[in-house]
Amino acid sequence: MSDTAETAAETAARPVVDSVEVAMATPDKEQPYAALGLKPDEYARIREILGRRPTSGELAMYSVMWSEHCSYKSSKIYLRQFGSKTTEKMRKNLMVGIGENAGVVDVGEGWAVTFKVESHNHPSYIEPFQGAATGVGGIVRDIISMGARPVAVMDQLRFGDIDNPDTARVVHGVVGGISFYANCLGLPNIGGETYFDSVYQGNPLVNALAVGVLRHEDIHLANASGAGNKVVLFGARTGGDGIGGASILASDTFDAKGPTKRPAVQVGDPFAEKVLIECCLELFREKLVEGIQDLGAAGISCATSELASNGDGGMYIELDKVLLRDPSLNAEEILMSESQERMMAVVQPSKLDAFLAVVAKWDVETSVLGEVTDTGRLIIDWRGEQIVNVEPRTVAVDGPVYDRPVEYPTWIDKLQADNALSLPRASDAGELKAQVLTLLGSANLASKSWITDQYDRYVMGNTALSFPDDGGMIRVDEESGLGFAIATDANGRYCQLDPYFGAQLALAEAYRNVAVTGAVPVAVTDCLNFGSPENPEVMWQFSQAVAGLSDGCLELEIPVTGGNVSFYNQTGGAPIHPTPVVGVLGVIDDVARRVPSGWQDEGNNIYLLGITREELDGSAWAGTIHDHLGGRPPIVDLAREAALAGLLHAGAMQGLLASAHDLSDGGLAEALAEAVLRFGVGARVWLDELMLRDGIDLTTALFSESTGRVIVSVPREDDVKFMGLCEGRDYPVLRIGVTDSGSDGAAALDIQGQFVIGLDELHATHRGTLPARFGAAAV
Amino acid sequence: MGVASGAPRVGVVTFPGSLDDRDAARAVRLVGATAVPLWHGTHDLEGVDAIILPGGFSYGDYLRAGAIASLSPIMAEVVTAAEAGMPVLGICNGFQMLTEAHLLPGGLIRNDHGNFICRDQRLRVENTSTAWTSGYAAAARDRAALAGTGDGPGGSGAAGGPGASGTAGRSGTASATGDFASSAASGAPEITIPLKNGEGGYIASAETIARLEGEGLVAFRYLDVNPNGSMNDIAGVTNARGNVVGLMPHPEHAVEPGFGPDTALAMRSGIDGLPLFASLLASLLPA
Repeated sequence: MSDTAETAAETAARPVVDSVEVAMATPDKEQPYAALGLKPDEYARIREILGRRPTSGELAMYSVMWSEHCSYKSSKIYLRQFGSKTTEKMRKNLMVGIGENAGVVDVGEGWAVTFKVESHNHPSYIEPFQGAATGVGGIVRDIISMGARPVAVMDQLRFGDIDNPDTARVVHGVVGGISFYANCLGLPNIGGETYFDSVYQGNPLVNALAVGVLRHEDIHLANASGAGNKVVLFGARTGGDGIGGASILASDTFDAKGPTKRPAVQVGDPFAEKVLIECCLELFREKLVEGIQDLGAAGISCATSELASNGDGGMYIELDKVLLRDPSLNAEEILMSESQERMMAVVQPSKLDAFLAVVAKWDVETSVLGEVTDTGRLIIDWRGEQIVNVEPRTVAVDGPVYDRPVEYPTWIDKLQADNALSLPRASDAGELKAQVLTLLGSANLASKSWITDQYDRYVMGNTALSFPDDGGMIRVDEESGLGFAIATDANGRYCQLDPYFGAQLALAEAYRNVAVTGAVPVAVTDCLNFGSPENPEVMWQFSQAVAGLSDGCLELEIPVTGGNVSFYNQTGGAPIHPTPVVGVLGVIDDVARRVPSGWQDEGNNIYLLGITREELDGSAWAGTIHDHLGGRPPIVDLAREAALAGLLHAGAMQGLLASAHDLSDGGLAEALAEAVLRFGVGARVWLDELMLRDGIDLTTALFSESTGRVIVSVPREDDVKFMGLCEGRDYPVLRIGVTDSGSDGAAALDIQGQFVIGLDELHATHRGTLPARFGAAAV
Repeated sequence: MGVASGAPRVGVVTFPGSLDDRDAARAVRLVGATAVPLWHGTHDLEGVDAIILPGGFSYGDYLRAGAIASLSPIMAEVVTAAEAGMPVLGICNGFQMLTEAHLLPGGLIRNDHGNFICRDQRLRVENTSTAWTSGYAAAARDRAALAGTGDGPGGSGAAGGPGASGTAGRSGTASATGDFASSAASGAPEITIPLKNGEGGYIASAETIARLEGEGLVAFRYLDVNPNGSMNDIAGVTNARGNVVGLMPHPEHAVEPGFGPDTALAMRSGIDGLPLFASLLASLLPA
């Protein structure tokens, strides 16, 4: 139906469009800025920028783009440290840094890897299945936008108490959503984290990470340059889902009494996204795209204002050209909709036909919305009226910046004083064995295979390592074997005790988890999950965590390439534990050299690298056995971590390591049990020498979470070389055991002089926990 | 069916939502054949000698898994070619398409436990006389011949790329596969390959099941566990002629040392899927 064919009745029935003209004529009209999440001073600032009241369309755009989720207004002044603490040397392999859709790292041989982790916490609590599914979809589109083929995903999940009845609802939804979406996209899920803690009961964390690979020359950026170039929207149609998701959901605190927020959650269609991936890759291959941006938070508002800001600064859009799923949507809703599986491209007019042909081949719907201009203004028309006329940078870049009040939380002194020294220790070997098994079967240390068996880890045929190994690894080049490894970590308990060192501990653990695979750590992404920034104590935690993380990256000389901040993770007055998820990317020249986390053969010597101190504060042992959280987290020594990583890389390249497994949550006991369980090869382990050398008791030897430690297994014939390597690098090493299949095939973990646990018991304890809560394992 | 000259050409059809098409093509190359990408929207088989319908979620599994894809333009040609005797393999979603197109009997429904499942699955190759399974009989013979020769597995050091030749791949299978061909009772080869599906439960009428069992048309059967509630533990079936085979597990994910299932010998060294693709070569090349 064309405008001219409209009947008079239809025209009369339609509400008056709030055009720029109308806005100028009605300066005193009351506007619902507060309902859109804007504060009075922010609204006043918008009026000042425009020199008039905003139209309802402009108000919609500013409200979503100035939301905490999109503008980083509370975190910006802190996040600058990631840039300022990056040296020239650290920039050497950084092809695209913070600020674009995702960072890009040169991994050699003309290849680059792009990766990023992002939060989808709030939607996932409201509607776990769709929230988690679209979290995967969103981060994958960020990766495509860089010009890369997505090759892997992983998720960082934090749920409430495993025994709370509501936890099962969220777990089933979230895991089902990730399984549904990522499996259907054909992306291997190669790792991730799952934690249970009552602090996440009303506010689960669902972070999603994606990795893509591309050739150096294929990098694409989100900018709209070249006046006259066409602005094209393609992919799924725009509907009424996710309207205001960024401003309403992700930037406010849940209130039990408030209205239901479900309409603000997006609905995902992975099939549409899979087709979009292949379509975009063909467009890139044919060089038909000048600039590209995915539509995620804030939808068309974000894509148009960001593309224009990053390019020549001007853009003209006819909003009527947007293909709608629901024709009743008004202009504001179209601008704010977060409908999934959409992309916006900038295309030269001479290439438009070729562009449209590729898109048609993939049965993807497309509409040309407008073009790039040199006016410096983003102008949007709707039904013949101009409804937006703004300088795009005021929307996308120059949003409000807050230096929020920061206050040291005095409760932390008391918390730190209440350390684990006074907690009772096991009095005999039987009790010690019971504690090992309790930890092994505890929610956070139990096998997560109930979850990971619902994810495809094989698709694409390049998975060299995946769960339960410490890091995931993907082959990038099928000829040379070049690959990358990736791991993510965060320990909210440590961060609650000390956010500065807690963030560094997360970095150290992710770094170590990459190092044990044999890869060289090269870059970092982060997803900073915190409570309300309007709480000064939360802002203190945030400022400490960012300082810790950025100082740590500087010391390790690996740059932060991008990431995400998620505030307002609290229901009512209680914020979550600070949870800065840190992802570390590593490079390996040939994935055939990779090292698994468990013992593959019997008769190998088992060595413990590093020193064990009495560090039980905040440990899994303190939490699980004694329900205790207090004291100070383990000491972080990043120089030692770097030395350890160098040692592991050398050992892997020389083929000396049959396995290497990081020691972290649950300490040596958990690491030994996991190494046995990986391939079902047992071990005899003696701890006397370790206790003597480090001056520690049995509880500390088994459960301390001191950093800089790894257990490795080494074939006997390589012993001399391996010991030489450790001595040459002056890294503490101690032989603590030998791998052993056991007599008549009965493998066991035998802590000599203390206790023996058979493989079957280890297996049943480790694997039984999740199925017992969430339904029988599939098989 | 004879092949005039050069390596056999094996078509791998890409539908919207196909996921394992590149993996199937890699498996084809690893046995020394030429992989030819085919497009769902055409009627052009490009003169291929055999066809693989790969795994994935064609058309998002809308309506029923494989249902919409089975009506694609190219499927008309696939059906004609299959009826004329061309070897056609359907893996996972491809198997679902073959049943929807009535090239194979029965159907696939949601897993009985309701979840998507990804696991390394043991199977028995029940019929080794089809175009796609004869390689298992040959590999079992090779293995028997090689037994005791100390032919090392290569394991972690042998994550070679597509450079590995078909011949090397076949002999590699014989030596690197722990469980392979170890069914003392029946003599049927046993293999381990990845399984990953949400709708893998095989169903058919009682008469059809009886016919499949009676005529030896069950090609693969689940061992140890039935991962999806399939009737009679059926993992894959063949037509009577033996040229059309469909299975839910993924042989193309067990073809390269370093990227397959774990084995007793080494991590991810399982390449039990390779003989399936090698079978095709044997059936296409003049004896």
